[in-house]
Amino acid sequence: MTRPHALLRHLPALIFVLALLATALPATANTALEQIVTNNLEQIQRPSRRTVQPLIAQIAATGPEGLAFLSAWANRNLGLTDDGQLLITSGKTTTDAITGQVVTGAEPKMLRPNSGVRGLIESALVAGEIASPDMARRAAALDSMARSSSAEHLVALRDAPPETDPALAARRARLEKLLTIRFDDDSAARIAAIQDMSGDVGLDFRAALNPLLATHRIVATSAPADQNIARELTPGRDDFSRDTAYDILKSEGVAQARLTPTAQRDTLAAHLQDGAVAGVPVAELSTTVGRDRAYEALEAAGTVSPAATDAEADDAIDAHRYFDVYNEPDSDVTDAARAAQRAAETRLMAMKGVDLGLDALSLASIYFLAAIGLAITFGVMRVINMAHGEFIMMGAYTAYVVQTMIPDRTGSLIIALPAAFIVTFLAGVLLERLVIRHLAKRPLETLLATFGVSIALQQLAKNIFGTQARPLTAPKWLEGAITINDVISISTIRVAIFALALLFLGLFLFIMKKTRLGLEVRAVTQNPGMAASMGINPDRIAMMTFGLGSGIAGIAGVAIGLFAQVTSELGQNYIVQSFMTVVVGGVGNIWGTLAGAGLIGILSKVIESFNPSNTLAAQTFMILFIVIFIQFRPRGIIPQKGRAAEV
Amino acid sequence: MDIVTGKTRPDEGEVKFGDHSRSLLKMNEAQIARAGVGRKFQRPTVFEDQSVADNLTMALKANRSPFPVLTWRPSPASDRRVAELAAEVGLADQIDRKAGELGHGQKQWLEIGMLLAQEPRLLLVDEPAAGMTLAEREQTTTLLCRLAETRAVVVVEHDMDFVRRLDCKVTVLHQGSVLAEGSLDHVTRNREVIEVYLGR
Amino acid sequence: MARKPFILRNPSVLVVLAVLAVFTVIVTLMSQAYGTGAIPTSMVKVLGKTLCLALAAVAMDLVWGYLGILSLGQMAFFALGGYMIGQWLMYARTETIVAASMANNPIPPTPNELQQAVASQIFGVVGAADLPLLWSFAHSLTAQLVLMVAVPGLLALIFGWLAFRSRVNGVYLSILTQAMTLALALWLFQNDSGFRGNNGLSGLQNIPGLEHVAQARLSVWFLWASATVLALCYLLAAWLVSGKFGSVIRAIRDDETRVRFLGYPVEGFKLVVFTLAAMITAIAGALYYPQAGIINPAELAPIASIYLAVWVAIGGRGRLYGAMIGAIVVSLLSSWFTGGRAPDLHLPGYTVSWVDWWQVVLGLSFVLVTLFAPKGIAGIFDWLGGAVSPRRQGKDLGPGEGSLTEQEAQA
Repeated sequence: MTRPHALLRHLPALIFVLALLATALPATANTALEQIVTNNLEQIQRPSRRTVQPLIAQIAATGPEGLAFLSAWANRNLGLTDDGQLLITSGKTTTDAITGQVVTGAEPKMLRPNSGVRGLIESALVAGEIASPDMARRAAALDSMARSSSAEHLVALRDAPPETDPALAARRARLEKLLTIRFDDDSAARIAAIQDMSGDVGLDFRAALNPLLATHRIVATSAPADQNIARELTPGRDDFSRDTAYDILKSEGVAQARLTPTAQRDTLAAHLQDGAVAGVPVAELSTTVGRDRAYEALEAAGTVSPAATDAEADDAIDAHRYFDVYNEPDSDVTDAARAAQRAAETRLMAMKGVDLGLDALSLASIYFLAAIGLAITFGVMRVINMAHGEFIMMGAYTAYVVQTMIPDRTGSLIIALPAAFIVTFLAGVLLERLVIRHLAKRPLETLLATFGVSIALQQLAKNIFGTQARPLTAPKWLEGAITINDVISISTIRVAIFALALLFLGLFLFIMKKTRLGLEVRAVTQNPGMAASMGINPDRIAMMTFGLGSGIAGIAGVAIGLFAQVTSELGQNYIVQSFMTVVVGGVGNIWGTLAGAGLIGILSKVIESFNPSNTLAAQTFMILFIVIFIQFRPRGIIPQKGRAAEV
Repeated sequence: MDIVTGKTRPDEGEVKFGDHSRSLLKMNEAQIARAGVGRKFQRPTVFEDQSVADNLTMALKANRSPFPVLTWRPSPASDRRVAELAAEVGLADQIDRKAGELGHGQKQWLEIGMLLAQEPRLLLVDEPAAGMTLAEREQTTTLLCRLAETRAVVVVEHDMDFVRRLDCKVTVLHQGSVLAEGSLDHVTRNREVIEVYLGR
Repeated sequence: MARKPFILRNPSVLVVLAVLAVFTVIVTLMSQAYGTGAIPTSMVKVLGKTLCLALAAVAMDLVWGYLGILSLGQMAFFALGGYMIGQWLMYARTETIVAASMANNPIPPTPNELQQAVASQIFGVVGAADLPLLWSFAHSLTAQLVLMVAVPGLLALIFGWLAFRSRVNGVYLSILTQAMTLALALWLFQNDSGFRGNNGLSGLQNIPGLEHVAQARLSVWFLWASATVLALCYLLAAWLVSGKFGSVIRAIRDDETRVRFLGYPVEGFKLVVFTLAAMITAIAGALYYPQAGIINPAELAPIASIYLAVWVAIGGRGRLYGAMIGAIVVSLLSSWFTGGRAPDLHLPGYTVSWVDWWQVVLGLSFVLVTLFAPKGIAGIFDWLGGAVSPRRQGKDLGPGEGSLTEQEAQA
């Protein structure tokens, strides 16, 4: 991105500042500027990239008016009237380029300097800016240099007065090094800069290294002495097939084209005469053998020039050597760059690992939130609730409804969480009382009955909210991402979900270990009959746990809705993963669910990282893994012990 | 019993059975059953949805693999054997009824009948008299005694009257190890047994 | 006890076959190709497809109603059967078209060129030009017919062996079967899996070699084929569940552990039934998709298999004719209601459009059936015959009611 017009595109802020400056200036004449302009009118009208540099420097040196002049020039806002007056147009007002006085009624011919010239002007402007007393403008200049660098910037940076602000000074030093790597003529300086920055994983550094390490492929009969060779290629090995080698030879004009089947067919078709080619009847040309025979007959007759045979091609391939050659001639520089790149890659790998870990963690928390309710109900009641996904959906829609009523995002979220819990808690209790209680000890039928509820609820949601996705907007403070460096970043919302998952883990542990309800739930889980004879009402416990599980599903729904679209299929997309989490983790134990969610989250992310473009494949492998996993741990990672485990 | 029939894997020790003292530990439940170990559960476990005849037919000694079972057809001989077995356990009149409709004791007998049909060489019986009326118990005792004539029968029971009626060798176990062995009178007089089971 | 012939011992089989025959004859006589034309060709196709679904339901009933495995992955086998036959249908038809267009070339094409052209015609839509390895046999009808039962059968065998060996059962097994179909669907959704990604296989209604036969006629032929295969498989299934084998698998359903102690290799029995059912389902699918015309991975979505379970449950599981009735009634009702042909219900203040509300009604009626009529529609026949036996499954164990299930008691 070193082309000047790209620079222009990136500089609107700077130009705007300059334009403001220009209009705000008092209309006093700048004689130095006037003189230079008058003397070089011809040059200004038809500037040449090669010669205009000194003129630009002179104009820039005349002060603010000069800079304004340059900015207008580069921006194609500078016009020339027939009587030789230079005018700057800014919107509807036109001012004299030198005096700054407003001019009316003039019809200037706008000057259109080419992109090369404009690049020079921009460089000069930025160089001027870097010395500006205003810190914001110096920062902006650094930004623009970093975005599109050129050799001129390097000069400007080195010539600029020392930077006083420490943060800016650091940035400037870094930029200077990057520019040195790319543009400096002195190899030693470049190597020093590369080694200085070795191990850095910044995108800018890696981008600076890439052009140094760019290669092109050449073919020669012996090793070229004057080239900086990256590596020699052996045909048939290292991803360098013999066909590729032959293609290079062909494109270099060293070898003739081999006869492709298509070319053969076309040639034969061209020499078709009276239903036969060189005496071979057309009907026999439907096989490779017949075609070869006809072609050889044509060759023998001298009608077509002989094509390269495979043996010839092989000889040609073996007679040459193939090299990848650096575009950069200095081998010391490329060696240093390569070492630096390797160091960067190693560190990058580690950081990607960390980033992957964070991703996996956030995915695991989502699965955990989605599955925890399922695990509770399955653990306590041996019931797979197929409508669990719809409870998640219900939670998300509850949050959506709350949001339509309360415009304040933070407020609506704070209301939505308990609201979703209450709505889904009630729905869960209702489902338990009306359906599940009557199907006690018939788990497969419960599974199907709750599936009936699931399709009914899903269609109901479609009927009420429509099929289009409803947005659930997160509050401002949850938007954006926490960025540690160019590689490691995590969106705030995922951190929040992680926190939510932790919160629910804590809450669940508290309820189970410290409250009467938890004690009773554990008793019923272990031995319902015994619990019943101790005066615990298993029906009430079942109802409460089912409600609790559903309520958590509702909260998970709010969380999921914040980063995914709220549709009637929202829950369905998570239900299978939730099942997997419960099955893999082992039932009846919160730690099992946690382990299951962790395993599935990490595994999906790891599999995905092998082939990021193909998430479908990742999911397929994930499920296959689970199917195989169940073979070895049929009761999950943390199996339930004792008699209750015997389902 | 669980270990012998393959339901539970032991931490240590060995189970050997049959003429060649084959180890049963490497076999699964079905293989052990085919090797000749029959088991009667504490609660009657018959297939309640199927008729008495079906239950007995299923238990008849025959090839147990899926395909032979698929092509197995009742023969006059098998019908006769089923009728015989039903008569032996006193269910001749109930042969076409569903097993689920039988009384508790009748189910126990049916299960014993199924075990007979299996023709095991060793029969493990877990508390056969639990929940039976007095008359039913007596019939059960007779059945078991007759069974013991042709094969080894191990009965686990803590109803002393029932054990007395069986009139056989008694082994008292406590926490997995043998406390005493011998006739019923012998073991009931054993000091250790009294201490453990009756308390001081 | 005198043994009666198989058919006489199972009068319901005779009734089902007779009804099926009468139904086929009536539809034929009312079809456009062979009769009055009272039933349009599209309806004949719907009926033919429904028979295939009924066949899949019969297989599902074998697995669920008789063996006790709630398989939520049956439609994977159904679709696999469809894919296998679809490969040949699509390849052979494209080959005819491509060969016809290439006949105008000055030089006749080589077999290799022809195959290349067919491949780029079929796979151009997913940006590929080569014939995937999985299509190696697509040119041969015989090979694909063998694969049609072999591939789903093998999948069922491997999956079943893995699952049954580690004694996964109950809801775990259901979830696992669901995972299986989901994995397969996701794999098929990929463009590079070789089955045209989410485009699926299309144009299957055109049967190569029968291009001159009108669809009206073809649809009736397919109806006959579906009815015949349904009848044959029904007979097979009825025979399977009638004898000692049926006794054993029902025993496995009710108390797996006890069957094991009787010496039966439970896993073997499960595998046989599961694999056989998968094959029957695959045949059903292979007959279904040429009538539907198109198959894509969405057909394997877990929900499709659950619907199959729903049909069987509403029809009445544990009874082959129940499964058939359920599949026929519910799938026809569903297509009637969701097809927009059912008249809207005008209530005061709200108009119930069945397209929107049918799913709700289906879901809720399903809950009601599970709750109040576990025997499903087939239960009506019992009630009519006065043969209502007390329900003895899920038996209680005395005072510890709800504490231990039967199997735990044996622990």
